Amino acid sequence: MSIFSLKGLTQTFICAAALLGLSMSVLAADGKLIGTAGLTQVEGSGGGGIVPWATISGYDSRDQISASATATQVDVDDFRLVMFAANVSFYDTLEVSIAQQRFEIKGAGVEIKQNILGLKYRVCGDVVYSTWPQVSVGMQYKQLEDSAVASSVGAENSSNGTDFYVAATKVHLGAIAGYNAVWNITARATKANQMGILGFGGVQNNDYELMLEASAGILFSRNIAVGVEYRQKPDNLGLGEDDWTDYFVSYIPSKDFNLTLAWAKLGSIAGAPGQSGLYLSFNGQLW
Amino acid sequence: MKKLFSLFILLSALSSCANTKTTLYAELGGQQAVATIVDNFIHEIEFNDTMFRYFAESDIERFREKLNEHLCLLANGPCEYTGDTMEQVHAGMNITESDFNLGVDLFIAAMTKANIPHPIQNKLLAKMVPTRKEIIYL
Repeated sequence: MSIFSLKGLTQTFICAAALLGLSMSVLAADGKLIGTAGLTQVEGSGGGGIVPWATISGYDSRDQISASATATQVDVDDFRLVMFAANVSFYDTLEVSIAQQRFEIKGAGVEIKQNILGLKYRVCGDVVYSTWPQVSVGMQYKQLEDSAVASSVGAENSSNGTDFYVAATKVHLGAIAGYNAVWNITARATKANQMGILGFGGVQNNDYELMLEASAGILFSRNIAVGVEYRQKPDNLGLGEDDWTDYFVSYIPSKDFNLTLAWAKLGSIAGAPGQSGLYLSFNGQLW
Repeated sequence: MKKLFSLFILLSALSSCANTKTTLYAELGGQQAVATIVDNFIHEIEFNDTMFRYFAESDIERFREKLNEHLCLLANGPCEYTGDTMEQVHAGMNITESDFNLGVDLFIAAMTKANIPHPIQNKLLAKMVPTRKEIIYL
């Protein structure tokens, strides 16, 4: 098993360097406390790594607009996912994201592209300051550019689908021996097989199902967060699609840039069992 | 996975009942440490144009004295707060959310320069959180 693909890694690094350069050259929105903007998850929405959170990506406060960009690679035994995302957030209330996922089947010369348009609206609460968690509702419209693989594994719809979710996120200051803690719970209605890479719906199930996702983390300093995530998944295709788990470390040196490294356990993908590997994500704020 | 979440919840529960004997004021380092934090905070404000605007017409010595008292009170120290209410102090300033958070950033810097350990900083910040609604957009 190769943990890193050099080509993919290089690509990711170049992109990150470009992001860093860009983000340093302009004055960024900085109205949130460091770390409280969260990260950008693997479908482009503000989140953790695999779970969308209630946080609005970027450091805009209610008086500001921010834009950020993300490059992520998840490299497991038989597959590699590369994702690029751009997010614009308005007044810490509305988040618009566009993302492209490129899913490579290693050794098969097959790459599946999926484009995702995400919208998120903050309904109530403040992730740090309110007694109750911050709650947001969101959707992810997913369009598969390459439908051949989805069709061949038996997806009912191999062109597009939409996920809807509600997320609740809360930071507790000094909660665990004085360290700040963060948790998130997300309920997602979805028909997507492996996020949509393998289409939507299938022979086993073709209805929307409600999936639960959760994250929990501790901030060991203003710049380091460590945590776990869990994402329940449907098994519409009858291929034994597994729930996902990851263990992450995020380094947030400034409001302009952050880096996340995680171990992702993705289970069975398209019948190939035990897919695990390294998740690496760079996120930079453009303004 | 479930074990990890259980551990997380257990740790949260345990830490909420630990350390009930010593006050946060004592953990901070008492009067001297709080005075250092306040001095550092005033220094931070003086060198920040955005924040300094709000203090242009303030009596800095009065601010110093009252903030010392207020922090002592918030940290369960043996002090009486003799200043005006938070609403009275901040009325008419129309402090934005961004500027409030900038104030928090500067306050964290002031604590760090006073060598307050990270977990103790968080405990004091947690005590200050409820005052936010009495400070912004007034």
